[in-house]
Amino acid sequence: GSAALAPVATAQEANLVINDEIEIVTKAPAPEHMDYVREIFSGWEYRSRETQDLQMDDFENPGMIGVDNARADFDTALGDGEESCASCHESPEALEGVRAVYPKWDEAKGEVQTLEMQVNECVTERAGAEPWDYTGQRMTEMVALISSVSRGMPVDVAIDGPAEETWEQGKEIYYTRYGQLELACANCHEDNYDNMIRADHLSQGQINGFPTYRLKNGKLNTVHDRFKGCVRDTRAETFSPGSPEFVALELYVASRGNGLSVEGPSVRN
Amino acid sequence: MSRQFTLAVALALAGSVVQAEVVAPQEVAYGEYRAIETSLSGAPGDPEAGAEVMTTRGLGNCVACHAVGALDEVPFHGEVGPPLDGVADRWTEPDLRGIVANAKMTFPGSIMPAFYKTTGFIRPGDGFTGKAAEEPLEPLLTAQQIEDVVAYLMTLRDE
Ligand code: HEC
Ligand code: HEC
Ligand code: HEC
Repeated sequence: GSAALAPVATAQEANLVINDEIEIVTKAPAPEHMDYVREIFSGWEYRSRETQDLQMDDFENPGMIGVDNARADFDTALGDGEESCASCHESPEALEGVRAVYPKWDEAKGEVQTLEMQVNECVTERAGAEPWDYTGQRMTEMVALISSVSRGMPVDVAIDGPAEETWEQGKEIYYTRYGQLELACANCHEDNYDNMIRADHLSQGQINGFPTYRLKNGKLNTVHDRFKGCVRDTRAETFSPGSPEFVALELYVASRGNGLSVEGPSVRN
Repeated sequence: MSRQFTLAVALALAGSVVQAEVVAPQEVAYGEYRAIETSLSGAPGDPEAGAEVMTTRGLGNCVACHAVGALDEVPFHGEVGPPLDGVADRWTEPDLRGIVANAKMTFPGSIMPAFYKTTGFIRPGDGFTGKAAEEPLEPLLTAQQIEDVVAYLMTLRDE
């Protein structure tokens, strides 16, 4: 295939500014750990003008409805107890900056945690309530809220130190050719971004925009559900959302976006 | 083709019974230049059926990656692989059979899937369900579908 050496035409002129206020970096120099890519691009760059525009104004972005739901939920008692997220975290804004550094090594647990795992730790261990479904609506909307307060901040996940082993595992998954079609993430999102695969304009498969509101299914979509869909499309047995494999893959893919802005909830087709 | 095994396939065709020799995916003999000399189904291919296979999502879906000028009534041709216009001027029929059956023989490390291969996959799935499947899998295309596609490709000439 023809590796995409030239950025998309629109990449040069387009600029994502949300609400005339939040400036989003949608293209940046590739992080040093990436061997084959010089510049990284948000998936926003590859969408149609109409889809891009929806993300420029929170009143147009259908994903913001989920953010509003989660704002209400933030103050709602968890389980049978009295405690809500707000009992311990004054406001969603108190969690500003969190999205940008997750997945992150958790010292106490001795593992890399995604934002969903961290939220469930609070829900179960701190508030004593039942865990939320990893890719369920409640969780996804809460993750969208936590992302939204970090919009415009650079993604900056740590890949060294104790997280390195998990990162290496994620990298290996990224380059493994799964399924009967024998396709790796890299075949589509590294070797062929900016090419059309049938009707789809391939992006770099970045996750800085998650959760994404997809016009195709009319809801907020989680990172792991997207991974699952892409692995399934190789005619492979997928991994499950929340599995150690997808956690590792998420850390690795997030690190390929270090330098792009947090953008979620974004709008995609 | 000494290892070629024969399978008597009874085909009810226009009232008569035709014997065809199908070469199973595991038994295919790739030549020195990765070509496959003779028909995998034992029968000639039908170019019209081949065009159908090439443009159908659940089958070859070749246009997902390749543009084909002669098929431009079908929307959305991809650009992951080279355009196939004039491909019969560049390759012989045995070459094309080898490429369609397992392109990774001709182009090592190619992104192009192997359409006549049943084992040796990592986490093979049951179609597009995301569930596990046991090898050997059904090949992506049958021997006859490969022949049909090759017959269609042989019509793609510039001169
Ligand atoms: C009973 C107290 C308590 C409740 C209730 C609680 N949390 Fe927490 N939360 C904590 C503590 C303690 C920490 C760890 C200390 C820290 O990192 O701020 C934490 C950490 C977090 C973090 C990671 C912060 C970081 O910097 O890494 C997130 C995100 C978070 N909580 C979200 C939530 C959400 C969403 C809810 C409600 C669904 C919630 N929490 C409910 C106490 C609570
Ligand atoms: C057969 C090609 C193919 C393979 C292999 C593939 N993807 Fe995708 N992926 C797509 C297409 C097509 C889209 C939708 C268009 C786009 O955003 O690139 C997509 C979208 C995505 C997105 C959403 C990007 C956004 O901005 O919303 C992510 C994330 C992603 N893929 C990650 C992965 C990962 C991780 C793997 C490997 C486990 C993978 N993909 C394997 C084809 C593929
Ligand atoms: C996922 C992408 C993909 C799909 C699907 C695909 N191909 Fe290819 N094909 C390629 C690429 C890429 C090449 C170029 C060789 C290389 O660099 O790997 C190629 C090369 C070829 C060539 C040689 C072209 C030349 O001019 O040298 C032929 C013929 C061909 N493909 C036919 C087909 C047919 C027929 C199908 C469907 C049954 C198909 N391809 C499906 C990606 C694909």
